[in-house]
Amino acid sequence: MKKLIGIITLVFTISFAFASVNYAATTANKKSDTKVKNTCLNCHTENENLPEDFKKYDVHLAAGLTCASCHGGDPTSDDDAVAMSKKKGFIGVPAKKDIPKLCGKCHSDIRFMRKYNPRMETDQVSQYFTSVHGMQLKKGNTDVAACTDCHTAHAILPPNDPRSTVYAVNVPQTCDKCHGNKELAKKYGLDPNVYNDYKASVHGKDLLEKKDTGAPACNDCHGNHGAVPPGVKSIDLVCGECHVNNMNYFMNSKMGVAWKELGYHGCVECHSNHKIIKPQDDFVGTSDKAFCVKCHDEGDEGYNVAKSIHSSLTKLDTLIKQAKEKLAKVRKFGMDDLDISYSLKEAHQAIVQSRTEVHTFDSSKVKAKVKPGIEAARKAIKKADSEIREYSFRRNGYAAATLIFLVFIVLFYLKIKKKKD
Amino acid sequence: MKEIITKIDKWLDERYDTSSLKEFIAHKKVPVHKHSIWYYFGGITLFLLTVQIITGILLLMYYKPGENSSYESVRYIVTQVHFGWLIRSVHSWSANLMIFAAFLHMFSVFFTRAYEKPRELTWVTGFLALALALGFGFSGYLLPWDDLAFFATKVGTEIVGVVPVIGEPIKFLLRGGEDVTGATLSRFFAIHVAVLPILILTLVGIHLLFIQKQGMHEPESFKALPEEKKKYISFFPDFALRDFLVWLVVFNILIFLAVYFPWKLGPKADPFSSAPAGIKPEWYFLFMFQTLKFLPGHILFLEGELVGILAFGLGGLLWMLFPFIPFKNKPQAKITPQALIGIFIIVYMVVLTILGYIL
Repeated sequence: MKKLIGIITLVFTISFAFASVNYAATTANKKSDTKVKNTCLNCHTENENLPEDFKKYDVHLAAGLTCASCHGGDPTSDDDAVAMSKKKGFIGVPAKKDIPKLCGKCHSDIRFMRKYNPRMETDQVSQYFTSVHGMQLKKGNTDVAACTDCHTAHAILPPNDPRSTVYAVNVPQTCDKCHGNKELAKKYGLDPNVYNDYKASVHGKDLLEKKDTGAPACNDCHGNHGAVPPGVKSIDLVCGECHVNNMNYFMNSKMGVAWKELGYHGCVECHSNHKIIKPQDDFVGTSDKAFCVKCHDEGDEGYNVAKSIHSSLTKLDTLIKQAKEKLAKVRKFGMDDLDISYSLKEAHQAIVQSRTEVHTFDSSKVKAKVKPGIEAARKAIKKADSEIREYSFRRNGYAAATLIFLVFIVLFYLKIKKKKD
Repeated sequence: MKEIITKIDKWLDERYDTSSLKEFIAHKKVPVHKHSIWYYFGGITLFLLTVQIITGILLLMYYKPGENSSYESVRYIVTQVHFGWLIRSVHSWSANLMIFAAFLHMFSVFFTRAYEKPRELTWVTGFLALALALGFGFSGYLLPWDDLAFFATKVGTEIVGVVPVIGEPIKFLLRGGEDVTGATLSRFFAIHVAVLPILILTLVGIHLLFIQKQGMHEPESFKALPEEKKKYISFFPDFALRDFLVWLVVFNILIFLAVYFPWKLGPKADPFSSAPAGIKPEWYFLFMFQTLKFLPGHILFLEGELVGILAFGLGGLLWMLFPFIPFKNKPQAKITPQALIGIFIIVYMVVLTILGYIL
C-alpha cells in the first residue's frame, strides 16, 4: 500500500513539474510576442531620420506592429542590408496608388482585425473605391485623398481620440486640407470656401466652438470612406437621419411630392447645404426674407398658406418673448418663478413642435400646434404680472409699516424728551 | 384704564405681595456716560432672540422636516402661505442680525472691562449663549434642504471629523450616519427647535438674573467721578423707553432687509450633484473657514486643519475664561494688554472674513 502511494505521489510530482515548465515556456513566448524586435525604429531614431509625422503614440506601434508590417523587410536583423532587402519583402515608401491596398492587407482581413478590434468594420477599402476619391485614385489621379491623407501615415489614432485627425472636431480641418486648396478647387470646379461656410453654420458652431460631437462633421453627411456628394435623391434622407420628423412631414406634404417631381433637392433650397444658419420664422411667410415668395405669388394658395403659418408662429413667438422678459423681471425681484418657468417650458415645447410642423406646409396643422403654446405663454404672463404686482404690494406695505414705526418712534422720542425736561 | 390697572395691581399684591418687586423696579438705575450706547446691544440681542422665537414658531406651523418635504414646505411657505415669505426672511435676517448684535455686545463688554470681578459668570453665560446662537445658525442653515445648505453642512460636519479620537464619532452623531442625509436633517431639526432653545433660554435667563442682581456695570472713568457728578436714569420707564425706541428702529431695519433682500432659496439639495462653486459658510464662520484654508497641509507632525481646529477650540476656551486670567496692568500704560488682545482678535476676524469673501 505504501509503495502504491509512493508511486502515485511520484507520478503527480513529475506531471506537475512538466506542467510548470510547459506553462513557463508558453508564458515566456506570449510575452516575447508582444515585444517584437524593431531594428528599423532603433536605427532611424539614432540617425534622426524618422518620418516627419512619426509619433510614438501611433496606434499600430502601440499594438506591437513594426515598421516592417507596412514597409516589409526584416525588423529583427541589425544589418541594414538584410533588414531592408527586397528578398525580405522590403518595399520602402509605398506609392500613393498602392496605399489603400496596403492598409487593406490587414484592415480588410476580418480574422486579423478581430485580434485587435473585434467591432471594427473591414469594408473600408471596398467602400473607398466606391467614392470619388477611390475611383479617381484607381484611374491614377494622385490629387485625391488616400488613407494616409486623412489618417496620417505614422501618427494614426482611433477616431475617438481627440488627438486624431479624424476625431469629429478635427474632421472639417482634415477635409479642408485638400478641399480648401484653391488650386485643386479650381482644377476640379469645386468651392474652396466650404470649410468657412460650414464654420459659420449651426452645425459648425456646435461642433467647432462648443465641441459638441453630436453635431455633424463632413463625414456624417458625405460618408467616411465611401465619400460622395449627396445625390438629388438622397439629400433629404441625409438630413432626415437626424431631423426625422422634419423629413417625414416634408416627404408626405404636397410640396414634398411636387418638389420630387421637379427634381429639387429638398432641404437645401431653404436651408442651404454647408452654410446652414439657425432657422428663422421669417424663412416662411410673405416678406422679402421668406423663401416661399420665390415661387408663390400674392393671391395663390401657397402664398396664403405661408402668410397664415408665419402669422401663427410670430404670434406665439411674441408671446414667449413677452413672458421671458417678465420672467427676468420676476427673477430680478427675487419673486416666485417656478410656475412661470413651467408654463414657459410648455410654450417653448409648442413652438419647437410648431416650427417642425411647418414642414407639412399645412397651416391648420401648424395652428393646432401653436394653440397650446399660446395658452401656456399667456398663463406665464398672467402669473408673472401677478408676481410683479405682489412685489409692488410688498414695497408699499413696507412703506406703510415704516410710517407706523415712525409715528411710534416719534411718540417714544417725545415721551423721553418730556421726561428729560 | 388707570382704574383697571390699579385694581389688577391690588388684586395681585394681596395675593403675592409685589411690593419688593415694585421697589426693585423703582430703584433700578442705569448710569449715564459716554459709553452708555453699548448698554443697548444686550437689549437688541434679546429683542432679536424674541423675534427669532416668534417667527420660528410661525414657521413651525408649516415646515415639515424630511428629505422629501423640507424643501417643498419651505417653498410652500415662501410662495403660498400669506406673508410666509416675510416670516421666513425675517427669521433668516434676524438670525444674522442677532449674532452680529451679540458680537458687538460681547466686544463692548470686553473693552469696557465689564467682565471683571464680580461679573465673571455673566461673561461666561453670555459667551455660552453666543456659542449656542452659532449652533442655531449652523443647524438652521440645513433646514431648507437646498443645495447650498446641504453642501455647507457637509463641509461643516467634515471639519468636525478632523479632530482626533472624538472627531469621527461626533461627525457620525451629528450626521446620523456616514453622510449628510435625511437622518441629519431630522436631528438638526430636533436640535434647532428643541435642544438649543431650552439651553439658550436657560442661559439667557441666568445671564439676565446675574445682571439684575449685580446691576449695570459702571466703567472705571464713571466710577472715578465724584458722587454728585454721576448721572443716572431709572431703568423703568426711562431706559425701557429708550430700549423700545431702539428696538423699533432695529425692527424697521429688519423688515427693510426682509422686503428688499428676501432670503434666497436655491435649488433642492441633490446629494449626487457636484458642490456649487465657491461654497462658503455663513459670515460668522468665515474667519475660521478662511484660516483653515490658509493653513499648510502639515504643521510639524500634525495635519494643518487639525492644528487650526485645536487652536480655535483652545482660543474659544481661553476667551470664555478670560475674566479668570490674571493680568498685571501698569497704571501708566496707555493701552492694556487686554485691549491689545481684543483689538488683535477683531482685526483678525474682520480681515479673514473680508478675505473669505474676496478670495
